Amino acid sequence: MPEENPIVAEQFEDAQQQAEAAHLGMWTFIATEILFFGGLFLAYTVYRHFYFDAFVAGSRHTDLFFGTLNSIILLTSSFTMALAVHAAKENRRRAIPFFLLLTIFFGFAFLVVKGFEYHKDIVDQLVPGAHFNPQLPPAAQIFFWLYWTMTGLHGLHICIGLGLLFVMWLRARRGQFSSTYHTPVELTGLYWHFVDIVWLFLYPLLYLVQRHA
Amino acid sequence: MNAPEPNYLNAGDTVKSWLLTTDHKRIGILYLLTILCFFLVAAVAAAMMRLELLTPQGDLVMSATYNKLFTMHGVLMVWFFLIPSIPSVLGNFIIPLMIGARDVAFPKLNLLSWYLFIIGGAFVMHAIIIGGVDTGWTFYTPYSTAYSNTHVIEMAGGIFIAGFGSILTGLNFIVTIQKMRAPGLTWFRMPIFLWSMFSTSIILVLATPVLAITLALMAVERIWGVGIFNPKLGGDPILFQHLFWFYSHPAVYIMILPGMGVVSELITCFSRKKIFGYHFVAFSSVAIAIVGFVVWGHHMFVSSQSIYAGIVFSFLSFLVAIPSAIKVFNWTATLYRGSISLEAPMLYALGFLGLFVVGGLTGLFLAALSVDVHVHGTYFVVAHFHYIMVGGMVTAFMGGLHYWWPKITGRMYPEKPAQLAAIILFIGFNLTFFPQFVLGYLGMPRRVHDYAPEFQIYNVLSTAGASILAIAYLLPVIYFVWSLFYGRKAGANPWRATGLEWTTASPPPEHNFAVTPIVTEDAYNYPPLNEVGEHENA
Repeated sequence: MPEENPIVAEQFEDAQQQAEAAHLGMWTFIATEILFFGGLFLAYTVYRHFYFDAFVAGSRHTDLFFGTLNSIILLTSSFTMALAVHAAKENRRRAIPFFLLLTIFFGFAFLVVKGFEYHKDIVDQLVPGAHFNPQLPPAAQIFFWLYWTMTGLHGLHICIGLGLLFVMWLRARRGQFSSTYHTPVELTGLYWHFVDIVWLFLYPLLYLVQRHA
Repeated sequence: MNAPEPNYLNAGDTVKSWLLTTDHKRIGILYLLTILCFFLVAAVAAAMMRLELLTPQGDLVMSATYNKLFTMHGVLMVWFFLIPSIPSVLGNFIIPLMIGARDVAFPKLNLLSWYLFIIGGAFVMHAIIIGGVDTGWTFYTPYSTAYSNTHVIEMAGGIFIAGFGSILTGLNFIVTIQKMRAPGLTWFRMPIFLWSMFSTSIILVLATPVLAITLALMAVERIWGVGIFNPKLGGDPILFQHLFWFYSHPAVYIMILPGMGVVSELITCFSRKKIFGYHFVAFSSVAIAIVGFVVWGHHMFVSSQSIYAGIVFSFLSFLVAIPSAIKVFNWTATLYRGSISLEAPMLYALGFLGLFVVGGLTGLFLAALSVDVHVHGTYFVVAHFHYIMVGGMVTAFMGGLHYWWPKITGRMYPEKPAQLAAIILFIGFNLTFFPQFVLGYLGMPRRVHDYAPEFQIYNVLSTAGASILAIAYLLPVIYFVWSLFYGRKAGANPWRATGLEWTTASPPPEHNFAVTPIVTEDAYNYPPLNEVGEHENA
């Protein structure tokens, strides 16, 4: 069975070197991603310091229900992702595509909920610009461009993650992964957990902090 | 006629075999050709600026055109020549050979880097052709977001795309150096070039994404008019400067650390000695990469940044001088009692030493708060960073290119014209940029196309120097091309240098090594001198 012996690319000596290189590559990529989001987190910190009252007012207008629901959905998806990787390690090869599909389902559910939330935000005039909600202080616009940019960029990462998961699901269905070879599933998992962790910072910053101040 | 040995150059001669190659050596060549094109365009912009500055009046170009010229010069030279110069050309070619690997860890990603680079470059070139950008390479807000009516978005977009190419190159090098070394090649047996490339890659991976998000936010503000950096809309322009320099100061080290690595190779080879204080030189690269992340505020001493932040940034900036000086002292100590020969690469290396010292020491002037207030925004700054970027990095790049040319092409370049070019470069460079220190100290501001008449003599000197410098750049183009056809066959190791890259054929075969080499000795293990000062087995 060809999938038992993973193809070792010509530049590598053996499968172990290949797997180690791939892991280090993904961790390095995640380091890049952290710094990419880092600029936004810095901007959030600076402007929250400048416009504290406006940020308090702004965060009261985010939708706590949708935000909390999405946090639960995303955490669950990380759990099913971990189960998929675990199944690969245990060589339970039918379970791999099942858990991947479940992860894809939760990922989509996140986007759907986010879509409803965005709709509500637009109706509530929370988009910065000429039609911004006049009841909010003008500086709340800064809170909301951060909200839109951060959640939007996070949503983009969810979409990329879903694309990766879909490819993994196709490959898993063909039985390409096993306890001896599952690096791609593991790396997709790392990426997915990273996207999840970003949300775990966005959720308190945008929805919870000083909500009741 | 014997058929030539199979090598990476004759492995395929179709356009497709080049454009879809995953061979790190061919990708290095692709980078070399593309960065030379960008260099040419940026050099023409520089030539026009120098011509304009020949006279105090604005008589060649208008101020608006001049603004576009220095923006184009800065953007192309920084992101499309200097940053990829040594890493993407020489690094790509040499790193896998130096560590005894068949390729980089992710060859397809390597090719993707090049495509991102040329797509980004195409955006920038298009922005230039349809009218250019007048913000300067720094894109300071709110000018770039609210007032400039030039093609800011497109140019920033090009830089954004090319940035991801840089990130992937850095990622590839980190993994390659960490995971692909030949058996026996421990960290402390690695040639110094690898240490400097590793440090550079760390900066590429950790700093470039911050530039990406900064340019993205700048574009968001410009397109939708939301208040991010524009104070009129509640934003903070200083935040833009912090974010920009958080990338762009470490980026300065992307533009010098690789040069330091190359020079370490050149000085050891042409004085036939082990590098003095290997561990110090190796760790000073890492130290520069780390400390480089916490000094960005020295670009903002007059920006209304708090004075206490200024003091801290000033002291932190002084710290960079320590690892830099360690390197210079160790290179000098390596030369001491070495068996020195002055081939062209060594001339470039020695030129680097002198020019880097001047550039580095004037950096200390600028890191000192009070002096900086006087010379901020003047030609003093321009002269300082050109001593590092051109005197340092470009000189090192030329030295490295000559040194590895026989490995890359299998042919020797002609020695005499090359030595001449190295000397002309040193003279032309100093004549171009030394007068600018004086100009800056006397108070001539940068980025203006006309100036007070008393500055003219220094500007004439500088322009004269620039034309000499141009000869130093054109000469190598001529004899390098000549050498491709008529150069002497190089053989595997024309310099009798140490290092795995010299153990394989020149040009190397497609997969570099027939058998994976095993390393049993330290780097630069040149035979010791005997009592009469000759090499044992020379």
